[in-house]
Amino acid sequence: MKLTMASSPHNHSHKSVTRLMLIVIAACIPGLVAQVVFFGTGVLIQLVLALVAVTVFEAAIMLMRKRPVWPALSDGSAWLTAVLLALSIPPLAPWWVIIIGCLFSIVIVKQLYGGLGFNLFNPAMAAYVLLLVSFPVQMTSWLPVSDLLNNAIGFTDQLRLIFTDFTSIGYSLDQVRAGIDGVTMATPLDTIKTDVGHGLTVTESMQKNVFNEWAGLGWMWVNLGFLAGGLYLLKEKVINWHIPVSFIASLAVCSAIGYIAAPGTEPGTVFHLLSGATMMGAFFIATDPVSAATTNKGRLIYGALIGLLVYLIRTFGGFPDAVAFAVLLLNIAVPLIDYYTQPRTYGHGAVK
Amino acid sequence: MSELKTLYKEGVWVNNPALVQLLGLCPLLAVTSTITNALGLGLATLLVLVGSNISVSIVRNWVPKDIRIPVFVMIIAGFVTIVQLLMNAYTYGLYQSLGIFIPLIVTNCAIIGRAEAYASKNPVHLSAFDGLMMGLGFMIVLVVLGAMRELIGQGTLFDSADLLLGPWAQSLRIEVFNFDNQFLLAILPPGAFLGLGLLIAAKNVIDAQIKSKRVAPPEAEKGPRARVTSLT
Repeated sequence: MKLTMASSPHNHSHKSVTRLMLIVIAACIPGLVAQVVFFGTGVLIQLVLALVAVTVFEAAIMLMRKRPVWPALSDGSAWLTAVLLALSIPPLAPWWVIIIGCLFSIVIVKQLYGGLGFNLFNPAMAAYVLLLVSFPVQMTSWLPVSDLLNNAIGFTDQLRLIFTDFTSIGYSLDQVRAGIDGVTMATPLDTIKTDVGHGLTVTESMQKNVFNEWAGLGWMWVNLGFLAGGLYLLKEKVINWHIPVSFIASLAVCSAIGYIAAPGTEPGTVFHLLSGATMMGAFFIATDPVSAATTNKGRLIYGALIGLLVYLIRTFGGFPDAVAFAVLLLNIAVPLIDYYTQPRTYGHGAVK
Repeated sequence: MSELKTLYKEGVWVNNPALVQLLGLCPLLAVTSTITNALGLGLATLLVLVGSNISVSIVRNWVPKDIRIPVFVMIIAGFVTIVQLLMNAYTYGLYQSLGIFIPLIVTNCAIIGRAEAYASKNPVHLSAFDGLMMGLGFMIVLVVLGAMRELIGQGTLFDSADLLLGPWAQSLRIEVFNFDNQFLLAILPPGAFLGLGLLIAAKNVIDAQIKSKRVAPPEAEKGPRARVTSLT
């Protein structure tokens, strides 16, 4: 009989990578449902496109690397990347945007570094940043919430917009995005930033119809959906509490300080927490086990710095949202954070 | 003859300044957004490299060892000034689009590296050939990278080549494919980093294949490692 010696730890959690990934994908569902309700079924089209694309690219690159295809595909990490990417790009972006994103995230960010477990950066966010830098127009063309649309568009028209750039009666995406007054509407984060730049106060800016009383119309519910999914992940012990809690706490503290310092130009804590990609970033993106910090103290630092950067980039930067940039910047810092936060090994070193 | 062949191999492939030594990356990454820019800067660097190698090799026995670096830098700066004035006179459009990167050739470590490592120790004709080959290797990488970025970024090749080669070169412009949106990342500096990384990876793959083809080492069959402790 052959007995193999495995290294510690010896307790087994019964959680395969596949199972973990599928749980995370399942936890995305509340946020996904909220996006579909408020921004239309375009999200689902993007999701299908992304899932097909990552499957093809992952299989192709595994064949090129002369590795078995099915183990890499069935761990589900590529599909999770696809889901996160589809959720973070505008629902009616042209089809090639998400294809290029999937190509970059799978082939360059993940597989060229050696596959799952070796990537330095979060694949979905690296692809998002690539797309945002390369195609700023397409990547910022978010639709306003469907209730505000002048020309409501159905599923087939959304399909046409994604694949041919025009609806069946010849409206382009810009025309569809335009409100009754013919002005295209930006996302709530953008609207606040632009209006403050024009000398309005936040209170005046929030009178506009893309807001409800706390945050952006629709965006609030998308964020609450991701919060619900994130709490489910915490309950299932798929992620640790350190990163999301320190991320959200740090963003809350920063935005509160900003609000106290300049109440006229700062939208405040609740708005920051329920806008853009805050909740998705806190629970689904910053917690990526591969590219995040691995020690508990390190995770607290990592999350807090992401929160700080999100606030700084949102307030002073030129981009529509900051989560992707903040996560990538901290991904670079992870080896340093891990190095300085190594926990004391039992039996070695003195207790301070 | 074999010395020349070694120099040729070293410069273009084995010890390529851009792909292996990774020297002079600043111009390499900054100006390779089109083939024209890349070719312009590559030619300028090539001329400076040949000129400085020849001059350094001529004066190599009279320059005191302690102050050789300032002397080399001054020689290089002289040649850069010559090239800069020539480009200003004859290829003004390119001169403008390359901008600060022409004077910055002075600080290109590939050039001072060759002066120090080769030209200051070898006779004139070999130094000249070394400069030519190193410059050629650098230029080839610049042009390949420029072609990649131009093709992915805006779908053309030899766009505005007339800035470098005169009006007849306008007909060189090839529109490979046409899209409404430029792929901005390829044109911006991050695209240069990615492109250079892919080129280096490709070179390593080719090297590995050559190596595996050439040497099929008849390695002795290794026995299983002896167990010191038994695990039963």
